[in-house]
Amino acid sequence: MKLHPSTLQKIRRFKSIRRGYYSLILLTAFIIFTCLAELFVNSRALLVKYEGKFYFPTYGAPIMGTELGEDYPYEVKYRELKKKWEADKSSDNFIIMPIIKFNAYENNFYDLKDQEGYKIAPPYPPSFHHGHYLGTDRNGRDILARLIYAIRVAMVFALLLSLITIAIGSSIGLCMGYWGGILDLTGYRLLEIFSAIPMLYSIIFVTSIVKPSIVVLFFVFLFFNWMTGLADMRHLTFAAKAREYVLSARALGSGKRRILFKHILPNNMYVVITALPFLIYNHITVLTSLSYLGFGLQEPTPSIGLLIQQGASSFQKPWIITSVVTLLIIILVMVTFIGESLREAFDPKKYSQYE
Amino acid sequence: MTTATTAKKPSPILRVENLHKYFPVLKGVFRREVGRNLAVNNVSFKVYPQETVGVVGESGCGKSTLAKTIMRLYEPSQGRVELLGKDLATVRPRELRDMRRDIQMIFQDPLNSLNPRMTIYDVLSEPYKIQGIKMSYQETAQTIKALLAQVGLPDVSLTRYPHEFSGGQCQRIGIARALALRPKLLVCDEPVSALDVSVQSQVVNLLLTLQQELGLAYIFISHDLTVVRHISDKVLVMYLGEVVEFTDSHSLYTHPIHPYTKALLAAIPSVERRELRRHIIKGEIPSTMAPPPGCKFHTRCPFAKDKCRHEKPKLRKIDISDVIKKIGKHDPSAPHLAACHFAEELAVADVKAVEQDT
Repeated sequence: MKLHPSTLQKIRRFKSIRRGYYSLILLTAFIIFTCLAELFVNSRALLVKYEGKFYFPTYGAPIMGTELGEDYPYEVKYRELKKKWEADKSSDNFIIMPIIKFNAYENNFYDLKDQEGYKIAPPYPPSFHHGHYLGTDRNGRDILARLIYAIRVAMVFALLLSLITIAIGSSIGLCMGYWGGILDLTGYRLLEIFSAIPMLYSIIFVTSIVKPSIVVLFFVFLFFNWMTGLADMRHLTFAAKAREYVLSARALGSGKRRILFKHILPNNMYVVITALPFLIYNHITVLTSLSYLGFGLQEPTPSIGLLIQQGASSFQKPWIITSVVTLLIIILVMVTFIGESLREAFDPKKYSQYE
Repeated sequence: MTTATTAKKPSPILRVENLHKYFPVLKGVFRREVGRNLAVNNVSFKVYPQETVGVVGESGCGKSTLAKTIMRLYEPSQGRVELLGKDLATVRPRELRDMRRDIQMIFQDPLNSLNPRMTIYDVLSEPYKIQGIKMSYQETAQTIKALLAQVGLPDVSLTRYPHEFSGGQCQRIGIARALALRPKLLVCDEPVSALDVSVQSQVVNLLLTLQQELGLAYIFISHDLTVVRHISDKVLVMYLGEVVEFTDSHSLYTHPIHPYTKALLAAIPSVERRELRRHIIKGEIPSTMAPPPGCKFHTRCPFAKDKCRHEKPKLRKIDISDVIKKIGKHDPSAPHLAACHFAEELAVADVKAVEQDT
């Protein structure tokens, strides 16, 4: 694909704004990492060698204990099996575990005692000995594992939602701006009604009736955000429609499709691109705050909001809230950096050029 | 170019009849129509082959709207635009597309009339793509090269983008695009207004050469009277969406009839045309939403009488040849149309003023 020189220039400018460029690289890498989280954060082993045969249990159906020579007919407990096989030097069976050998759901309980001999209940503090690098939460679940899965949920949710809403909103805006008339009239009134509804309250209202799952939340968010980018696209299309290159295409007898997709849309795409990071930011924060309030994602789904809530209610165990808030802030700051840099790279006032 | 082709009349290329264009003024939540903006009001004229009709008037008088309505970029509210015998204003879309091969348009802003995201190749191959003329890449490139040579840009790389060209070059590319389909009539909407004076004359001369080479007819819109005089055979003077005077360009410039035309000519700095000095007018053009009753020009006309405030003057043929003979000027052979109640009286008064002056 051949890119327009001004697009190349924008990419160059974006790259020259270091904080945005590096944030984009880091965040992309991090998203890819979370999407492959099963390989790094899992209670299943990465690789098992049992009696000369190799097993890759990460994806797919669980391997039963009986298959690996154990006596229980449910999924293998890889951590325990690993210890057992390591103690037994005679066989060449081995197990390689991921870096974080817990998944986000399992409850771990340890026989820990404090100085006075009382048993310590979870949350357990961070410990390298047990492999809980950031400690556990109140149910003994590994915080790092939960965090990584929670961020995956939030990022995929926000990214998909932003892309879908802006696609819907800007295509409707494009049509409204181009055809105008009754379509524009009804569309714009609808937009005004929708943007006057306080979204957070409405979502709280809806989720108190329906039990919120990630899918339900997605559609509720979609319902209240379908008009993202609509107004911008409509206004720009209105302006573009009267541009002389559009008029000249019409004077040549061009059809509507050509005008919309060759002449108007490519010149308006910048609103969509510069809006995206801020939309993602917005969706992450709204989802987090809803979950924090108890109206968003529900236990046991890993969720940033729920972790913050736990951390906030047990301040004397500071490892919960510190790790969650730190990671959330880092991610949001990176998203903002990307957004700011994109906006700067697209800003015609900062870099004047003929267009 | 100043000799009018009136001796033997071929059939006109374009016949505009009682053309109206009004824009509704919308208000409120449901966008009810609360008024109408009469941008073009009852305009009629003809364009003959190889002829240039100039359209002049101050900004906001409906010149551009007239051009866009003729091109059917705006839907006409009323009236006919007959191109080679077919009414452009009512044909179906498919037929309209075919008819557009015969009528093309050049725009005011050279840079804005080219899509910034398209290369010159894309811009100039678009007419063929739109009209469904299939050509290979090689053929297209060759045709485009020939077109560019015709508009005086022989060595231009087809992969360059509009922002890499100067205003004059962009305008030439715009002209090349308009010529791509070999039209018979070009509507030029202020094609030189946005250019430097030196480039203006180059582009005007290019248009004149192309007219001779290709036998084009032009509708040439401008607010620059000297440019219009240079290029036009006939001139149409517009005021508030209406035609106030229409005649061949020579008679218009030597003995204008309508006070508005005189005022326009008086605004050109000149040492010779002293008789026009008393016609200098002041004030703003009235709103087209609430045009004044009677003669629309009466609010600014230095000679307005009671009749002008109540009765609307018709565009009529005016013969002032005997008055003109007195001051020894050229006798017009072309019909001279003007919309003024007191055209004849004013002509006499003008002659008197000149006599007193000398």
